[in-house]
Amino acid sequence: MWAYLVRRILATIPVLLVVAVVVFLLVNLAPGDPAALLVGDDARTEDIERVRQRLGLDQPLPVRFVHWVGDLAQGNLGNSVLNSRPVLDLILQRLEPTASLAILSIIIAIVIAIPLGILAAWNAGKAIDRGVMVFAVLSFSFPVFLVGYLLMYVFSLYWRILPVQGYTPLAQGLGPWLANLILPSVALGLVFSALLARMTRSTMIEVLNEDYIRTARAKGLATRPILFRHALKNAAVPIVTTIGVAFAALIGGVVVTESVFAIPGVGRLTIEAVLQRDYPVVQGVVLFAAFACVMVNLVIDLSYTFFDPRIRY
Amino acid sequence: MSDLTIKDVDVAGAIPRRGRVMEFVRRHPTVVLGGGLLGVLIFVSLAAPLLTQYDPLRLNVIERLQPPSERHLFGTDAYGRDIFSRTLYGGRVSIVVGLGVATLSILIGCVIGLVSGFFRRLDAVIMRFMDGLMAIPGVLLAIAMMALLRPSLFVVVIALTVTEVPRVVRLVRALTLTIREQPYVEAAISGGTRAPRLLVFHILPNMVPPLIVQATYICALAVLGEATLSFLGVGVPPEIPSWGNIIAESRLLVQRAIWTIAFPGLFLGLMVLAINMLGDGLRDLFDPRLSRKS
Repeated sequence: MWAYLVRRILATIPVLLVVAVVVFLLVNLAPGDPAALLVGDDARTEDIERVRQRLGLDQPLPVRFVHWVGDLAQGNLGNSVLNSRPVLDLILQRLEPTASLAILSIIIAIVIAIPLGILAAWNAGKAIDRGVMVFAVLSFSFPVFLVGYLLMYVFSLYWRILPVQGYTPLAQGLGPWLANLILPSVALGLVFSALLARMTRSTMIEVLNEDYIRTARAKGLATRPILFRHALKNAAVPIVTTIGVAFAALIGGVVVTESVFAIPGVGRLTIEAVLQRDYPVVQGVVLFAAFACVMVNLVIDLSYTFFDPRIRY
Repeated sequence: MSDLTIKDVDVAGAIPRRGRVMEFVRRHPTVVLGGGLLGVLIFVSLAAPLLTQYDPLRLNVIERLQPPSERHLFGTDAYGRDIFSRTLYGGRVSIVVGLGVATLSILIGCVIGLVSGFFRRLDAVIMRFMDGLMAIPGVLLAIAMMALLRPSLFVVVIALTVTEVPRVVRLVRALTLTIREQPYVEAAISGGTRAPRLLVFHILPNMVPPLIVQATYICALAVLGEATLSFLGVGVPPEIPSWGNIIAESRLLVQRAIWTIAFPGLFLGLMVLAINMLGDGLRDLFDPRLSRKS
């Protein structure tokens, strides 16, 4: 088990290295001189040269890459061009709303999708099943910002029972925090419940055809323990894998949702940085998000042994 | 499974033509429904100049923020531009992006995937690179690319293609690994067929059905992706009416003019829905065995 754990953690290093190479090349091969951009339009050549030396841009590309990765390994994502503050600090400062939104969305997606998927699988081929699948295709086709505006229009502007936009930190109480987050999380959670419901349904249909399910029914076990204790646990591995795969898409969805509901999170930080051409921040956010994805999938890989004790490392 | 397909064709051949069409509709309703809806949406976008007399770009401050009426079917925006006209023309951007991204990523993915699946020495390197690329959330990667390059329709297509290619590579590589074990590939190799010819004429044709299905899903994701980027203000230049741009311009009008968001949003959702239905239907059509499972 421990040997596997170490091996699995080490296996993330090449992936992270490729991520670093891709992001580095993206930023450094893009047209335009960052030094010239930084100094401004009417700068003298020697000023640009000075800034270039200060940023180390006069060094060859491989040398810069090694320096940069060395900094990354120490948790140094560089500094913002605009206000010279460390990028990592800027991200961590904005992390609470983003993490809240992401976690709440996943919870809502699971709460909606797993029962729907089970219901559809239990009634495979019947009207309920069709209905669930129609819901899944629909919520997968409509963009999260449209669902967000629709929910905002109905609940915040028409019925006026929820705040329109913004974010209240968790420290100011669970109620206000939830009131601000519930609509964005439902909007984002709906999209993911579609993916998850489809996966739950198809896996459950497969599992429900297994011999041990027939045995459980033959010995007179009630439907509920069969579905949840026997079937769902055995269907868990592919379902949990889907959550991991969808996590990358979830982060993209978070950026959009934050924009719709004016939530001051990492997504807003990214868009602000893009519009102000603050490349180190853009670069830092992409790296940070990719790192989070790799870590989430690592944890999910390790959770398999909990759901399926046959998987031993 | 292939026996089944042949039998189906024979049965269909015995039925008169009219009956054959009805039989296809009955058996594959999603293909017909999705394809039909998509056809209508493409038609109204391309025929936009015939369907509306309004120029999608013409400002008309006197008629600003009008709700839907007989004059302006979908109402007008804050500059008095006709939303119906803008929505129809906006579909063109989605069609270009959807087709462009699907074609490009399938082409590039096929080349890399075939090479990776066939030349085992390159495989490890290529696949590690693809793993890394897939670890970066697609929307963020596209946003970063849009930030670094000058925004244009072409750059949007490129940015979305880069995020889709790794998935195609994985699929093509997996298919190549299965197909290369088939007896007819072995026969071709022992007959002296060279690698390029083998890949293009013996292996590639056998992965067309799953690639078509994959292409429809990529198309749907690309249409959504363009709308997302444009909505965030880092997509198609704002002077081009695209569904994402129209919604982005109206983000402060949710309360005053919900129609400026609802109609382009509805068209966007319907187009993605149509493409997804077509994809699901085609998947079942190509592989009836899969349809029973998922």
